[in-house]
Amino acid sequence: MSKNSPLIKIKIQNEDFDVSDEIKILHQNNTGAIVNFIGVVRGYDEKNNQIINSMTLEHYPGMTESEIEKIVFESFQRWELTGVTVIHRIGNLKPSDQIVFVGVSSKHRQNAFDGCNFIMDWLKTKAPFWKVEENNNKKNWVNFNENDNKALKKWQ
Amino acid sequence: MIIKYFSWIKEHVGKSEEQIELPDHINNVNELINYLNEIDKKYSLIFEKKQLIKIAVNKTYSSFDTNISNNDEIAFFPPVTGG
Repeated sequence: MSKNSPLIKIKIQNEDFDVSDEIKILHQNNTGAIVNFIGVVRGYDEKNNQIINSMTLEHYPGMTESEIEKIVFESFQRWELTGVTVIHRIGNLKPSDQIVFVGVSSKHRQNAFDGCNFIMDWLKTKAPFWKVEENNNKKNWVNFNENDNKALKKWQ
Repeated sequence: MIIKYFSWIKEHVGKSEEQIELPDHINNVNELINYLNEIDKKYSLIFEKKQLIKIAVNKTYSSFDTNISNNDEIAFFPPVTGG
């Protein structure tokens, strides 16, 4: 990869990730700003008023990667970015575990803020992942949140 | 044809994947759903609220009128909840 080609890293994995390692990777020669988002497992379901013991994430192998690629490529079309990393975990996770990392680097901060926000909004509505919450042997498939669709409107 | 199911749909069907021989007269996703409903009642429970179901044909978001053939991989799943 040449010095100026953008860095793109997309990973679906069971393992945890190290945020500081990921930020180092995004820190290229021409980077002036790095924005990142980390999604974390909540320990409490406010809607149903109950504790969450664990959560399992499943996905559609192959389609997940290609949908995330489409979103990332679109972000490069819209903003001048130097790097994007998307890591999404699957499998069984416990409260306070990290679920997702989206890191975006650019020369100037606004592009990185917008790019990161855009990728997260689209990932929430397009990337084929499903969460099931587990509480004392009861399973509850998480419902789609209509607010996530509303969040997309700002990018139209 | 391979049909894949995810999330609560997988649990209703009782399997994550199945292989079927697509009859010649079935040309699109809608016709496939009607065909599955005829075979087994468990499918009609899933497809009765079609607006809640997302469709992918060969790992690309598709619609009920997307054309399909016996070589395709179809997936049915609820709206996504990752992130």
